[in-house]
Amino acid sequence: MWALEIRLSLLMSKNIQSIFIMIKKDLLLEFRGKDILVSVPIFGFLLIVLFNFALDVSPNISNHVAPGILWVSFAFAGILTMNRAFVRELEQGGLEGLLLSPISRDAIFISKVLSSCLFMFVVEIALLLALTIMMNIWMFSIVLVVTVLLTTLGFTTLGTLFSAIAVQTRSREVMLPILFFPMVIPILIAAVEVTSEVIAGQFIGIGKWLPFIIIFDALFLLICPWLFGTVMQE
Amino acid sequence: MSNLGIKNIQTKISYVLAALCTILMIINLYLIFWVAPLDVVLGHIQKIFYIHVPIAAMSFLAFFLVFVFSIIYLVKRSEHWDRLAYAAGEVGVVFVSVTLLTGVVWAKPVWGVWWTWEPRLTTTLILWLIYIAYIMVRSYAPNRSQGSLYAAAIGIIGFIDVPIVYYSVQWWRSIHPSAVVGPFAESGALEPIMAQILLVSLVAFTLLFVLLFNQRISVKKQEDLLAKTLEFENK
Repeated sequence: MWALEIRLSLLMSKNIQSIFIMIKKDLLLEFRGKDILVSVPIFGFLLIVLFNFALDVSPNISNHVAPGILWVSFAFAGILTMNRAFVRELEQGGLEGLLLSPISRDAIFISKVLSSCLFMFVVEIALLLALTIMMNIWMFSIVLVVTVLLTTLGFTTLGTLFSAIAVQTRSREVMLPILFFPMVIPILIAAVEVTSEVIAGQFIGIGKWLPFIIIFDALFLLICPWLFGTVMQE
Repeated sequence: MSNLGIKNIQTKISYVLAALCTILMIINLYLIFWVAPLDVVLGHIQKIFYIHVPIAAMSFLAFFLVFVFSIIYLVKRSEHWDRLAYAAGEVGVVFVSVTLLTGVVWAKPVWGVWWTWEPRLTTTLILWLIYIAYIMVRSYAPNRSQGSLYAAAIGIIGFIDVPIVYYSVQWWRSIHPSAVVGPFAESGALEPIMAQILLVSLVAFTLLFVLLFNQRISVKKQEDLLAKTLEFENK
């Protein structure tokens, strides 16, 4: 519990201000460059089209395969988003600037998580719309949108840590998924299960999968900032 | 000179360890193939159990060691702990690979398939993938100290992730033979003689693990020394 209290009190202080400033910076960069919000949804849409050919999706199996298609597209789109999160900082020495500035590592980490989460969520809403149209399944139920948001939070929490690591290695585009995908398998399983239940109109398993996602989020929101702070020391 | 003396003792210990391990392993194989009774249902293929279970146990021990040594490394920042974590991780990957291979060989005649997405199998496979990444990140890092830091982070998160992976995949049906030893075992699941032989096998493989772990540490030490000497000469 003490760890949670320390993190909370930390967030309550003026760090909140610097977090907002850094998120604003990321948003500004995104609106100028548009390298996530345009290319990633198109990539995700392309994946949905490819899946349609690979699995030969007919109306009678679309309910069955839609959750898998949804979350594989999200995961791949998420990898692209996470790769951009720190590559953008690396260009022209932005990362060193961030690390040298008098902002705590926790604040840097949280701001990166929140801005990546925001970008990914926008991309996911676009993909949900695409799936609703292409597969004829209504995707915008409250439970599903909440699940998407919570899963994205856990996904980007782990993703930000691994992106910060992978960006400094050779062949970083390959390293990120190799490091990252094995670790997020549990939350992806949970998300797929909730999605298939929502699509099938059942709500039996949600009572155990949704808390599972929340626990996953909370656990890694506690551990990852600490590891980010210790790993990012130069 | 005193340093040399310590080295001599270490070499002697590793020789003794190697000899003990060899003798015990031969006894172990004798027990498994000549003494252990033939399983009524499964037949000869059941004998792989005496190798599969201890190796799986050792690989979990290895990753627990990686977790512990990684935390100590992050706190103390001494190369010594990093070497220990690295050695445990590498031996662990070898053991987990053997676990998966022996499991596959066993599953084909018994279950009729090489592989199935059963919780324990899936967890072990994901474990293998995580620790492959653990080893890879070191060689892809820009320099040694950064590689150690990144690997430590992965070693910690990877180990925390294992029970989460296990619970997430367990909510599908399990067909893995249930635990026959340990606190969750049903009584009478294993013949006493079988349990005794398993115990001998466990000791033999523990010794093998300690031997490999010890060897890997000393090789890693030499590697580090060589790297430092080369760096010094280049300057």
